[in-house]
Amino acid sequence: MILVYADHDLGVLDPLSLQAVTAAKALDTDVQVLVVGADGRGTADELAAHGATTAHLAVHDALTDYTPLAAARAAQQLVNELSPRAVISAGTPRGNEVLAHLGALMDVPMSADTVSITLSGTGNHEVVRNRWGGNLLETAIVHSPVLLATIAPHTVTALESPESVSVREFTPALDPIDTAVRVIERTGAGGGGIGLADARVIVSGGRGVGSAEGFESLEQLAELLGGAIGCSRVVTSAGWRPHSEQVGQTGTKVAPDLYIACGISGATQHIAGCRSAKTIIAINTDKDAPIMGFAHYAVIGDLHAVMPALVEATRAAKG
Amino acid sequence: MNIAVCVKRVPLSGGRWVLNADSTDIDTESSFLGFTLSPHEECAAEAAVQLVEANGGSSTVISLGVAESAEQIRDLLAVGIDRGVVVETDGTEWDPQATAAALTEQVRAGVPDVGAFDLVLLGTEAADTADYQVGIRMAHALGWPVVTNVKGLTISEGVARCERAVGSHREVYEVALPAVITVKDGINIPRYPSVPGRIKARKKPLDTVTGERPAPRLEKLRLDLPEVEERSATVLGTGADAVPALVDVFRQIGVI
Repeated sequence: MILVYADHDLGVLDPLSLQAVTAAKALDTDVQVLVVGADGRGTADELAAHGATTAHLAVHDALTDYTPLAAARAAQQLVNELSPRAVISAGTPRGNEVLAHLGALMDVPMSADTVSITLSGTGNHEVVRNRWGGNLLETAIVHSPVLLATIAPHTVTALESPESVSVREFTPALDPIDTAVRVIERTGAGGGGIGLADARVIVSGGRGVGSAEGFESLEQLAELLGGAIGCSRVVTSAGWRPHSEQVGQTGTKVAPDLYIACGISGATQHIAGCRSAKTIIAINTDKDAPIMGFAHYAVIGDLHAVMPALVEATRAAKG
Repeated sequence: MNIAVCVKRVPLSGGRWVLNADSTDIDTESSFLGFTLSPHEECAAEAAVQLVEANGGSSTVISLGVAESAEQIRDLLAVGIDRGVVVETDGTEWDPQATAAALTEQVRAGVPDVGAFDLVLLGTEAADTADYQVGIRMAHALGWPVVTNVKGLTISEGVARCERAVGSHREVYEVALPAVITVKDGINIPRYPSVPGRIKARKKPLDTVTGERPAPRLEKLRLDLPEVEERSATVLGTGADAVPALVDVFRQIGVI
């Protein structure tokens, strides 16, 4: 059996958790999920549609919002009770955090950002995991009776594999220390825009945009295409755009249908964040920029000339 | 308030990745411009300098790595960190559990003649190995709370208020010190070393202790370059003349 920690936020499942279930399903037909918090009950059907047979719902008065150590405690109790061969999670900030806590509680290793897993019966599991944001791959042996691993985002396509799920509610034994670190408040909700991680189209700007004002035509195109604005690290360091829009190894890793890279040279740190995009279009004055080795289509030229014309033509094409 | 910042010397990627002969490491001799710190960790050090400026106290950088890690520590001493410690290795890689144990030992030692640490700052993950766990394992060993992925940090009366970005909103956590906090790039903009800063840095204490690597439990066998589709972008045109072709692409992939 494989246990999957399902990352949800107030009952909304992170879609990467479905990729983790599919990855687990490739290792074992028996995939069970841990959902922490009563508000996560509604995620069981979606998880079952992708192959989960049992959803273990950890319910406790103290679990009203994300509480990382308590989630790991709940996972540890299931590991002791059910002896899974592996505990898997999506490589989201929460997935990585909860499995790292679990590794610390159990004093076993944890493989983060994993792209392939070969389980062993003798506690020497082979994994391949990302380094440098996926620019290098590491093959490693995890010496542990139970493998703990998080799955690198967008390396697995979530597949439907409907099962009838039984929801089993349990109350984890928690000490006050387990719930000391928890979300106590949420601020700055919304903002109206489409989140980077979920956007189908991202119009992204780099050094070539030249200024904060230079993003105006990028914003117009993003709005026309129902997309979001992204940017490179240079742009956030210069203060032209907020860090929340940074795409890259230290920013957000995205996988949109279309990624338009405007004035972005394509440093490895940036490519690590956008290489999963289905189509990449580069608009750049430099025909030899590294981005040209990753882009599907390119326009050679100054984005300040191309973008306003592209905005007009797109508006016209939409009618 | 005494703050420890844990950092790691990593190769400065020049955009091309070359492995050594037995594919166990990056060939830093022939393919890299030099070495640097992970971006998250530069921000952790900047956060420490700002917190000490605001609240008083001291800051110490601890780095597990080769003797040359002293170069990166000197850069941080030049931007305002007070002292440095290298836990020197023979250059072989330590897994996250071993790394956390060695760093924890230095945190337990405290600041000579000053006292115990109140706060340990790290990056959420290192640029190279990206294990996402060293800070968490240290917190467990120390018996301290830990908040990760922190993009906003203020400390008042022994309580750290931490903000973490999730999608389009921010989550707030509060923990009493002592605590471990792992930060993300974007929490601040690290300052550059000044010439007077560099001169001052020469007089700041930089100690070396020797680490003994335990058997790895996450054991690296080899590194590979990912197979990437050899691609050369289809050039749609030059300047604004390419716009009709771009609109055709938008239609083809169904975004308009």
